[in-house]
Amino acid sequence: MNWLLAAIGVWLAGGVGALLFASSATWATRIGVASVVLGSVAGMVPVLSTLFGGPVLEFQAAWAIPSGSFSLGLDGLSAFFLLPTLVVGSLAAIYGGEYLLSYRNTKNIGMPWFLYNWLMAGMAVVFLSRNALLFMMGWEIMTLSAAFLVFFDDAKGNVRTAGWMYLVASHIAMEFLLVLFIMLGQEAGSLDFAGFAGVSRSAWLSGFLFVCAVVGFGTKAGIMPFHIWLPEAHPAAPSHVSAVMSALLLKTGVYGLLRTLTFLGHYQEWWGWVLMGIGLTSALLGILFALAQSDLKRLLAYSSVENIGIIFIGIGIGVLGVSRGSAALATLGFCGALLHAINHSMAKGMLFLNAGCILHATGTRRINLLGGLSKRMPLEGGTFLVGALALCALPPMNGFLSEFWIYLGAYRMRGIPGSGVVMPSLVLLAGLALVGGFAAVAFSKAFGGAYLGQPRQPEPQHFHRPGWAMRGPLLALALICLLLVPALPWAATLTVPMVQALTGFEGREILEQISSVQTSLWPLAIFAGFLLSLAGTLAGIRWAVLRGRKIGAGTTWGCGYAAPTRRMQYSATSFSQPLAGFFALILQGRKTEEKADGFFPRSASQSNSIPDLYLEKIYRPLFLWIDSRLIRWRWIQHGRIQAYILYITLTLLFLLTWKLW
Amino acid sequence: MHSASFDFIFVLLLLSDLALLGSSRFTILIRTVSAQGVLLGLLPLMTGEDGNTFRHYALAAGVIALKGVAFPFLLNRARRQAGVSREIQPLVGFSLSLLVGILALAFSIWMGFKLPRPMAGTSHLVVPMSLFTLFSGLFLIVARHKALTQVIGYLTMENGIYAFGVAMAYQEPLLVELGVMLDVFVGVFVMGIAIFHINREFDHIDTRQLSKLGDWPQSAPASPEDGFMEKEML
Repeated sequence: MNWLLAAIGVWLAGGVGALLFASSATWATRIGVASVVLGSVAGMVPVLSTLFGGPVLEFQAAWAIPSGSFSLGLDGLSAFFLLPTLVVGSLAAIYGGEYLLSYRNTKNIGMPWFLYNWLMAGMAVVFLSRNALLFMMGWEIMTLSAAFLVFFDDAKGNVRTAGWMYLVASHIAMEFLLVLFIMLGQEAGSLDFAGFAGVSRSAWLSGFLFVCAVVGFGTKAGIMPFHIWLPEAHPAAPSHVSAVMSALLLKTGVYGLLRTLTFLGHYQEWWGWVLMGIGLTSALLGILFALAQSDLKRLLAYSSVENIGIIFIGIGIGVLGVSRGSAALATLGFCGALLHAINHSMAKGMLFLNAGCILHATGTRRINLLGGLSKRMPLEGGTFLVGALALCALPPMNGFLSEFWIYLGAYRMRGIPGSGVVMPSLVLLAGLALVGGFAAVAFSKAFGGAYLGQPRQPEPQHFHRPGWAMRGPLLALALICLLLVPALPWAATLTVPMVQALTGFEGREILEQISSVQTSLWPLAIFAGFLLSLAGTLAGIRWAVLRGRKIGAGTTWGCGYAAPTRRMQYSATSFSQPLAGFFALILQGRKTEEKADGFFPRSASQSNSIPDLYLEKIYRPLFLWIDSRLIRWRWIQHGRIQAYILYITLTLLFLLTWKLW
Repeated sequence: MHSASFDFIFVLLLLSDLALLGSSRFTILIRTVSAQGVLLGLLPLMTGEDGNTFRHYALAAGVIALKGVAFPFLLNRARRQAGVSREIQPLVGFSLSLLVGILALAFSIWMGFKLPRPMAGTSHLVVPMSLFTLFSGLFLIVARHKALTQVIGYLTMENGIYAFGVAMAYQEPLLVELGVMLDVFVGVFVMGIAIFHINREFDHIDTRQLSKLGDWPQSAPASPEDGFMEKEML
């Protein structure tokens, strides 16, 4: 535990150090990056040891804050979520070191490094704390530092809007968490997590607490319908921060929900259905909105909504399994959710960093303006492909391996005791398959639009080639994704203690289930090996045939025209248009166009935007309504200090009088 | 033991509060607050039931030095530097302020009956008078515009807290009091400097104008005559 305390200390101190040296961008960056990496390396020691079956660590210290205690713990679940935090967090920091230096003349570089370090510390405290008050403190530090990192480019209006949306959404969610923890604490008599689990509750109360947890943690995780901050905030933040937010910050919500489930115990069946319903909606709508986006980072952000949805489906299947007493289903669900969380962290973190490289190099995130980048940035193109394949869950990539568990769970749902599961099982299977197909379209669009074909714009004046500090992390994360392919089925065994804590089944039973899945993966591995060797053979034949011949390079997607121009290419939007048009009822895109007129039209143009359905149809009308009700109370807030003091005085006097009456 | 003189101090405290509420000239306000400080400084000497120890004298001397001499000196300097002599156009008029003061006094007395007294020996006047001093301070903060009056309001408020503390818990007031007093000392010091700088920057210390620095829309812009008058008085 000392290692982790040291890591948190290093982050907190390094952040302040970066702030102190803010006058020199170079030194602020050095200190900021070094402390993130140093802390991560230090933290890795206990995390790995606990993950690989080491002891569960505890740390307790007295704390002056009433009903708070500075108690930290590192069990399997904490370690499992801390591991990607340390890996992606430090890689993104190395990347950010170079990325942020391009702002050195216009921005204070010390501030983002202070915030980044504190964000790391906040996340670590969230994963480690065993006291509700400490947890909420970590949560708040994490939320605020992330919010101010989103505000980094605050000269742009949409960045400020995005930051505010994130802040407001997070704090509304926090109210639910406060209710959750206060009610848990009231029953247990203390705010320590240790006391929460053993209390027996009525079914109604557990149900209520569950709903609070889903809303509170779900908002942070970005599930629909609480996701609206996500597609705004992720594109607005600097790219390495988007990577951290998407890969790690969303996972704190998943972690919080799982941790709360261990407190609640005695899962009720409807929880499972609720989680599956939310998960499937998020997955389907998330990926549908993703494939319609033309902003690369927005597309990736919506894809995060989808993946979190898949994780929630897994958790839902697990909860259903526990409530129906089926160890098989519970193991498949929870294990699949946990593994998918890891995969998503690695792959999505990499893709956001990759999008940052594109932005850095070309200055735009609009896929319709990009194209042909793989010729100029082959490493970035290759790593993007790896990440995209992983997130499309195409076999044999790691994303497939984790979704496989959830597929299997949805399939095996029909075998559990009790009725009423056949239809949901079919819906889940069909839904997951549909999500996979949409994901393939979305990522083909992103990869094809950005990396293949020819540049759709004249070459930019300043093509900033990313340096190795930016490309190295990409390569590392892509390698991790590839390494996870053979490692993941084996790593599933490591989740036994976590699944045990979540389900209450015996370790032996869970291990049995896991090894049965592992065996069923063998044919798949053989098939994948066959496919890979086939591809290898074909490549070999191609090489042999072409050897010694002259290879001419034609225009990509030239379509046989005599004089194709770059503007005649398929654009990314036109690639996804058939599917997007099919779901126009849901997507409700806005289109402004100037039609071509006459035989020799002088000009014609078209622009599309896909506003978020929930934002447009639910939240905006709701908040406008609230605003119109509240505007008449505006006279209360007019900026005179005297009156504010009067309000405070009157409130206190009222309370005192009320008490004394 | 010292009940009569003890009560007498509290009556004087009441009168000084009313004087604060009813006067507009800064010199009078500062003088009154300084007198209050001296009164409060004498308070520890009255509470000692079995003779005054060195601690009591030290506390008394410290309080008188700070509240009776140092603070008024700082305030006077701030007043001279800002070149203001009186509160013009208060939010609540001076006679109305006195009326509100009477109401606050009634409320304090009611509260004095309701609140339990920790020790049987303490005077009946302690709770109502110290509460009233506190309320007067708060009222000054709320109902006046000049930053200087607001500092005086904070001082008065702290005087109320102090009176309450000394009379209620004279067993161990020293540490607490020193802490509070230091806070206020720093507060007055900083505010004195701030007032000087605000005045130099904006040519006035009117808090109404300062709130316009915020970025919310002003419902009613100050009329030009307003500004003119300020300038003239300054």
